[in-house]
Amino acid sequence: MKRRQFVRHATRTAILPALFNGTGMAAFARSPLFQALGYNQVDTDKVLVLIYLGGGNDGLNTVVPVDQYDILQKARPDVVLPEDVLLNLDGVDDVRFHPSLGGFRDLYDDGNRAVIQNVGYPDQNFSHFRSTDIWMTGADSEEVLATGWLGRYLDTEYPNYPQDYPNSNAPDPLAIEIGYNLSVAFQGPVTGMGMVVGDPDWFYQLVEEADDVAPDTKAGDKLNYIRLVARQSQVYGEVIKNAASKVTQQQPYPDTGLGQQLKIIARLIAGGLKTRLYMVSINGFDTHDSQVMAGDHTMGEHADLLQTLGDAVNAFTRDLKSLDIEDRVVGATVSEFGRRIISNASLGTDHGAAAPMFVFGKSVLGGVYGSNPQLPANPTVQDNLEMEFDFRSVYASLLQSWFCADTSVLQQTLNNDYNIIPFIDPAVCGTSTSIAQHNFDHEPWIQHYPNPVRDQVTIRFRWGDQAVQIQLVNAAGQMIAQIAQGKFGGDTQQTYWNASHLVPGLYYLTYRSGQIRQTSTMVKL
Amino acid sequence: MLDSITINQRAGRRRQLNTGMGKYSGPWTDEHRLHLLRRCLFGVNQEHKNMLREMSMDEMVDMLLIPAPDPSVPVNDYNSDDLVDPEIPFGEPWVESKNRDIAAITSARIISLKSWMVKNFMDQSVSLHEKMIFFWHNHLATQSWEVFWPHLTYNHIKILRKHAFGNFKDLVREITLDPHMLIYLNGALNRNSAPDENYARELQELFCVGKGDEAAFTESDVQEAARVLTGHSIDWEDGGSYLYRPYWHDEGDKQFSAFYGNRVIKGGSGDQGAAELDELLDMIFSNAEVSRFLVRKLYRFFVYSEIDDVTESMVIEPLAQEFIDNDYEIEPVLRRLFTSEHFFDQANMGAMIKTPLDFLVGFWKSTGVKMPEGATVSNEFEIRTSMLWTMSNQGLEVLDPPNVSGFPAYHQFPQYDKSWITTNTITNRASVTDAFVYWGFWSENLLTTVDLLDHINSFASAEDPIKLVDDLVLYHLAYPVSEDVKNRMLLILLSGQISPHYWTDAWIDYSKDPTNQMKRNTVEIRAKVLFQFLFQLAEFQLS
Repeated sequence: MKRRQFVRHATRTAILPALFNGTGMAAFARSPLFQALGYNQVDTDKVLVLIYLGGGNDGLNTVVPVDQYDILQKARPDVVLPEDVLLNLDGVDDVRFHPSLGGFRDLYDDGNRAVIQNVGYPDQNFSHFRSTDIWMTGADSEEVLATGWLGRYLDTEYPNYPQDYPNSNAPDPLAIEIGYNLSVAFQGPVTGMGMVVGDPDWFYQLVEEADDVAPDTKAGDKLNYIRLVARQSQVYGEVIKNAASKVTQQQPYPDTGLGQQLKIIARLIAGGLKTRLYMVSINGFDTHDSQVMAGDHTMGEHADLLQTLGDAVNAFTRDLKSLDIEDRVVGATVSEFGRRIISNASLGTDHGAAAPMFVFGKSVLGGVYGSNPQLPANPTVQDNLEMEFDFRSVYASLLQSWFCADTSVLQQTLNNDYNIIPFIDPAVCGTSTSIAQHNFDHEPWIQHYPNPVRDQVTIRFRWGDQAVQIQLVNAAGQMIAQIAQGKFGGDTQQTYWNASHLVPGLYYLTYRSGQIRQTSTMVKL
Repeated sequence: MLDSITINQRAGRRRQLNTGMGKYSGPWTDEHRLHLLRRCLFGVNQEHKNMLREMSMDEMVDMLLIPAPDPSVPVNDYNSDDLVDPEIPFGEPWVESKNRDIAAITSARIISLKSWMVKNFMDQSVSLHEKMIFFWHNHLATQSWEVFWPHLTYNHIKILRKHAFGNFKDLVREITLDPHMLIYLNGALNRNSAPDENYARELQELFCVGKGDEAAFTESDVQEAARVLTGHSIDWEDGGSYLYRPYWHDEGDKQFSAFYGNRVIKGGSGDQGAAELDELLDMIFSNAEVSRFLVRKLYRFFVYSEIDDVTESMVIEPLAQEFIDNDYEIEPVLRRLFTSEHFFDQANMGAMIKTPLDFLVGFWKSTGVKMPEGATVSNEFEIRTSMLWTMSNQGLEVLDPPNVSGFPAYHQFPQYDKSWITTNTITNRASVTDAFVYWGFWSENLLTTVDLLDHINSFASAEDPIKLVDDLVLYHLAYPVSEDVKNRMLLILLSGQISPHYWTDAWIDYSKDPTNQMKRNTVEIRAKVLFQFLFQLAEFQLS
């Protein structure tokens, strides 16, 4: 096992760093305890599929805040959907779906689909390419990153790509994009960490070249690189073709670009590829005009796109189930921005800001996360939807709760701490509280009482060498309060917080200090 | 005279180059001529190579720096059974039309324009002009699909052509007021009530000053520059023509940072407000970093992807000084670069990876591919469009770089030109050359073929397989291959036999009776395997 991988798995348990004292890491890696913890290999059985909705999806006509329907009617008369055709969601009153999202709604009602409201980032950029780059690289609005968020994530797991790949631990492509070009999301520090696949049944066999090592010159460096990529294209091409050839029976998919792309992905996963990340795209969401049809707003470009999306994902979900791989896959939609509140006379909408995201899969805890966007009473051309969740919070949640990445990986991937939104079944990675149930003679880093809480809550925490940050987060992952921050004297600290104004429900106290991260669940009555 | 440099002279450890901007006075061989042409043109053809054989370095560079005549205007070559332009008849220029009411027609015109660009690249004379247009297209990048107003894209290209090796400052001034750019970077909407910083930022960060260690302009410089530029807009009702809107101009004073010597640009109204642009450009161009920034960009485009400290002091600094001494005239800088010891340093030969343009258009030219006989205007449009999409699949769709930074090959650390090569594009490149070799290049309705025997015949050594292999390697590869590889090529021509006479006899038989199908097949079968091998060599990807 590579040392970096070991550290990753060791640190994710939050308590293990204490065991390093006096113990050689290599020795520990071989110990029965370590093996018993099951941390001796990289998890390769889980897959994330990203669907890029290119152009900026109109959130307000996708997930409709019907509690403010009168404002929608006033602000976007050219595109607003008739209220009576909107699709109801089980157990939710004020949120409805676009009528073309029937396939989606069914999945929602099965509990396998989450809607995350108002995702965006501070200081919205309204340019397509810039905002797409921000989403794909995980950058701040004003920050330019040369690497993608998934490239950085893969680099933490698979260092030295492409030099040492493929190898027996990582025989398959690290990431696959169906299409022509590799998204910047997969750009790693050295090279793109993904493979672009057109047709998995076809790979282009090159003439075998003598395995010359070129001299160490400027041109020689380029030659070595070209030969390396050529060899990888052959090895990975063959691997993909073999995986695809193992799957001959699939459920029907709609004959759309997106449907066919997702069909390939299901086939490759079921065929045994250990590839973790897939990306597909559907373009055309930049609906400045003709978003809806005059006379019937339930028709038009946007309706067609959502129909394509819903039907393809529905087919994909059914196929995953019949291939018996539904436990292994989570999917999410991303789009560079939502659209403006007010509509254009040309039956469309201009570039906007925050918008909802969809996350789907058997391990997704279905529901609506966050609240409906709050529309101004009389929206103008300047008004945009406020963000409630940073898109990197969604990324962080996927990495931590789906890929079980630890804080150091999150830090390296996203360069910052983001709150976790609990839309993935905590059983997937084991909750942090379950760590305390191991037979380590340590008390938890954070405790509170009483539980449930009515008014004052007492929070006890331990601290190490590093600064501590404790936040109160609601069930949707939004930060409610900063409880403590900084370095503290003494072994154990105690602090008090008045919870009387909190809305009754489930909350989490999150504790972070250096590599250590723990969560304590609090119920407010 | 030394006609080719053996691999041994290029091998060995990567050395620190110590060549600078002194004039090159070493051997002047085919290898040097080809190096110059490969970097300045999109591929080299046999006629050019032979025509230039007697020219000295200075004569060749003089020739390359002569502006090319203006190409013919793009016409409606896109009408088809499914799509008819109701406004512009087939065969007539569409570039005067400001209309974009019908999205399908607008799209067709954009593709027509892209295909016209491909045509200009394919038909280029021995002039640097087309490659400089591509340089500026990458440097002052815009995206035609984003702007979606093809006559403006055409006018934009005309500006790049006009200043291709003229004056950098004049070019930047004209581009600042170019409706294509005003739309692309939101200048058209930049007004006093809410200044849009998009263009003001890129003007400094991407176009003029860069992000080098000494490029210390501030956020406030971006904001103040945005205020200077308020009012320079377009008339949306009149085909997007340039329109200055004095009532949108911010008439306050603009205060710049210490990087610009704490300069204040006095705010004015009316024409005076519009004239603030010249003060802004004077201020930006008074900074020596502008010169270094553009020279580095030229270096990355024409010489090598990376710049170390020695190159910075021995190449960038003297060239930057030359640029300033010549008031930002580009031609003297290019002349100095292309006649320098550094440019002809062995270590820089073959050290760049071909762009998809160099690869595909270069292949077309170097193997002497011709449009199929009797090809109509529509056929030629289809073929060039097919080339356009082929290159797009390889990562370069001309007139639409991925974003305002241009193509990653010219700025994306640490990959630079390596970013052209992915597992997908390397096989894609091979599938294109294989297709050419074995059957041809498909477009919608017809097949374009390469006559490999004709190509072999263009070498005086055609009947001598040993010499032929040497000539093919020198002509097609920017970096020499080992004797082993050459032997492998020879064995292909001789079907595994040893005696060169097998090929010589077969070739002479064929030459005497070229219409004899059997004699033709005998040489063609071997030629195809040879060329497939040659075009798949990693060395073939180098320029």
